[in-house]
Amino acid sequence: MAEERRLDGNAIGGVMIELFGVEMTTVPGSCGNCGAHEQMAETDVYLDAPGIVVRCRHCQNVLIRIVRGNGRTWLDLSGLSSLELPL
Amino acid sequence: MAGTAVLGRLAWLVTEVTGALEETPRVRTLLLDAEGWPGHRPGQHLDVRLTAEDGYQAERSYSIASAPGEPLSITVERLEDGEVSPYLVDEAREGDGFEVRGPIGGYFVWEDDGRPVFLVGGGSGVVPLMAMIRSSLGSTPIRLLYSSRTHEDVIYREELDARAGHGLEVFHTLTREQPSGWTGYSRRIDNDLLREIAWPASDDPQVFVCGSTRFVDAAADGLVALGYDPLSIKTERFGATGG
Amino acid sequence: MPQISRGFHGRRSEASSDRLPPGQHLVDDFPVLSAGPTPHTPLAEWTFTIEGGAEPASWTWEEFQALPSEEITTDIHCVTKWSKLDTAWRGVSLDTLLALVEHDADYLLAFCDGGYTTNLPLEHVTDGKAWIAYDYDGEPLEPEHGGPARMLVPHLYFWKSAKWIRGFRLQDEDEPGFWESNGYHILGDPWLEQRYWGD
Repeated sequence: MAEERRLDGNAIGGVMIELFGVEMTTVPGSCGNCGAHEQMAETDVYLDAPGIVVRCRHCQNVLIRIVRGNGRTWLDLSGLSSLELPL
Repeated sequence: MAGTAVLGRLAWLVTEVTGALEETPRVRTLLLDAEGWPGHRPGQHLDVRLTAEDGYQAERSYSIASAPGEPLSITVERLEDGEVSPYLVDEAREGDGFEVRGPIGGYFVWEDDGRPVFLVGGGSGVVPLMAMIRSSLGSTPIRLLYSSRTHEDVIYREELDARAGHGLEVFHTLTREQPSGWTGYSRRIDNDLLREIAWPASDDPQVFVCGSTRFVDAAADGLVALGYDPLSIKTERFGATGG
Repeated sequence: MPQISRGFHGRRSEASSDRLPPGQHLVDDFPVLSAGPTPHTPLAEWTFTIEGGAEPASWTWEEFQALPSEEITTDIHCVTKWSKLDTAWRGVSLDTLLALVEHDADYLLAFCDGGYTTNLPLEHVTDGKAWIAYDYDGEPLEPEHGGPARMLVPHLYFWKSAKWIRGFRLQDEDEPGFWESNGYHILGDPWLEQRYWGD
């Protein structure tokens, strides 16, 4: 069922540590579309697209896109208006 | 997908299977010896990476079943169309090797602060909850509501029976088939069932819900409808799992 | 060199075919890849619109079903490396649609329910290369596979065959769509293995 293909930010915990260097599931982010403020674990994640798509649980806005191939990673964070990192 | 060490905290570790335990016809626990494993907190997961002889790689995440300090183990459910789980459940044996990285996760982690705990698991969603149960010192009251398809699909059945009564209450629901004489629940979790089992919201419990997306959404929505503060409910969604 | 896992092969089929582009393997099922929730637009509200021509052109579902359609049997190739041979579709050719619109554009940008977009040069969707497909394997196209209607451009990687399509805009420029703007190749020819930027 297609509904089961929606996971949450826990499912990309390892990928996010790789990209950001810190544990990200507890990091709050702000949605650039609706302003919702949630920990990254509480996002809707689609893993089996040609890339990873992270969406705001409230408004479905695409927060993050990750495409990996040819030894590179393309990372689009433009849907997030900010992240509050523990650094 | 290439993974490289990041701050030395998430390198792929050479890992050997040191034991295997069949939990149910579809589910197996693997005991692992991961070189340099830094330890973990209950609820965290690790990523497994398998490499075929021609270099083809596949990665999947699995919740850690063991409590901190116990020998590292994961419990894996064989998925019908799975690519990694059939290998881990049916093929992998003592002495086999692959790589793991972790521990991963800071959100779906239980820190005992004395507040009562409500654990809601569907199918293999019980695995991270079991790590929490195994890590408990017994003084903080824990309730587990665990949904499985049939009696033979209940993972950790005997251990849960043994632990019940020592700070742990276990409530089972079997959704597809029940053995004769069954006195537990026999339906999918709904708001009435939750109302009968869950701590009163005024007890300010910590809540952890894990299972398939549909299971988690239904349970979390049901608890909010009972008056639970959404901020007290932590959720972790797996891909399709029986429950 | 990462540790090899004894006995692990992955799910790849042993079967091969000279109809497979480089790097692809065959599957028997029809994998579902999604970038978001499955839209469920009621047919009574569904329209297909072509923008950017001399005048916008739009069809309701009934009007769209009344357009000349054809049956297509074709191989499809996903950039995630699976291929499926001899898939059967029914749909309206883009040649049919473009003949109904006056334009001098060179490219299109397809838009879909849920916000997905993908770009195509018109030379890659004309002369029998592309359709708006609404039946698969003799049945109405299921929502998880893009129903009620999706783009079908089988000679390119399947991310170009946009699910839940609601129309396209004719343009003078090749404007990168959802995946093309974040790493995936602007065209996506599987025979040249054009998966990512720079390929």
